[in-house]
Amino acid sequence: MDYHRRLDTELDVLRDRVLVLGGEAEAALGRAMYALAERDSAAAREVLEGDDAIDRLEVEIDRLCIDVLALRQPAARDLRFVISVAKITPILERLADHACNIARVALDLNDEPRLRAFPDLSRMAAVASSMLRAALDAFTRGDAAEARRVIGQDDEIDVMYERLFRDLIGLMVAEPAATPRAARLLFVAKHLERVADYVTDICELTVYMTEAAIIKHSY
Amino acid sequence: MTTTAPVPVLAPSGRDEPPPRPEEAPAKISVRGLDFYYGRAQALHAIALDVPERVVMAFIGPSGCGKSTFLRTLNRMNDTIPGARAEGDVLIDGEDIYAPGVDVVELRRKVGMVFQKSNPFPKSIFDNVAYGLRINRLTKSKSELHGRVEQALRDAALWSEVKDRLKSSALGLSGGQQQRLCIARALAVRPEVVLMDEPASALDPIATQKIEELIVELKRQYTIVIVTHNMQQAARVSDRTAFFWLGKLVEVNETEKMFTNPDEKLTEDYITGRFG
Repeated sequence: MDYHRRLDTELDVLRDRVLVLGGEAEAALGRAMYALAERDSAAAREVLEGDDAIDRLEVEIDRLCIDVLALRQPAARDLRFVISVAKITPILERLADHACNIARVALDLNDEPRLRAFPDLSRMAAVASSMLRAALDAFTRGDAAEARRVIGQDDEIDVMYERLFRDLIGLMVAEPAATPRAARLLFVAKHLERVADYVTDICELTVYMTEAAIIKHSY
Repeated sequence: MTTTAPVPVLAPSGRDEPPPRPEEAPAKISVRGLDFYYGRAQALHAIALDVPERVVMAFIGPSGCGKSTFLRTLNRMNDTIPGARAEGDVLIDGEDIYAPGVDVVELRRKVGMVFQKSNPFPKSIFDNVAYGLRINRLTKSKSELHGRVEQALRDAALWSEVKDRLKSSALGLSGGQQQRLCIARALAVRPEVVLMDEPASALDPIATQKIEELIVELKRQYTIVIVTHNMQQAARVSDRTAFFWLGKLVEVNETEKMFTNPDEKLTEDYITGRFG
């Protein structure tokens, strides 16, 4: 097989593996939120048990990136793609770690009396999941415009987080006995807010991959 | 009536100053509308290119694209080829090197050249480096000659390896040492531009690394134009890169941009290995 066919094959493998990792992270997040909303401890444990596979996938992609860089020395769009994959991979792994943290909160809270519903929490989860899906689609298609649109959604998450923060602090003040549970929900909200930040990072890398433009930190 | 100061012909630059950024450096070499023919076959088409002073400019492109032909137009090395002719302007420090009356020997002193295959003379190491100085009578005394030879060998990063055997035959040096000797020979006559035609293509990785380090070091004093088939080498050593294809200059850009985000699709296809 000649050089560029071999390189194309390897880049295709990288793309596939990153999408698998993204799918696993997205599924972990959805499952963790389901475990929390539905008080399903078995689902929470599934998330935690699945994390090793995600970590292994991250290491596998790392190795593939190193091999491609060392052996093929890609340039231009190929280089930008490999660099983007190498940076997106740990982001997805950390994102899955946040899903695990939410699953742990679910395990803790599922044995406690249920707090009243906080619609912003489920909305944050829905928006964060939707952002992640759209970000991975934009990455797959090399769609910088879509990536920029997704970045814009992060503000929505931040607004919900601020509102939820105030609501949960209000609950702690009003019902001190609920403080440990409210604090855990606050952690969940923070995890979701971080997930959206990570999705933003993925989108910024998609813009870099597609347009060679570095847009993070407003540069 | 206004008068302007005469433009010095190939005047030495302030060599102790740090090299200017490539985009700010004045053009040492300026080529406009250059066509080049081998008999009736046109090898170069309307080349227009500036090489800033004290930068490394790399020429890349597939075999037969004209990059070596173009390199040789910069010191009129093609003049020796029967039927070869250049049309257009090749200016060095604003002076047309193809103008009638140009002293080609003096031009080639100022625009030195290093070839793909090292070509030391069957003489001693010292005599190889001293050769150009002697035939051009560029030194006034034996001590000046020795000083210039030593400086050239130091500039070529070879002095420490040969200082105790200057009278030994140059042919006893390794391939990498021979190539650095040829660089020293080119530097001894104090050129302002050094042309290198695949200077490391016949060398092992360690010798290649030494040549590449030397190129980066020489940039402080000289304008360097290098033809290379090795794109990683172009990326490692050059400030600007020009991509040639079928005798045309497709793109010239900052090397960093060329290898991360070239402007032309043809360039991108070439450097990503998807050419043709």
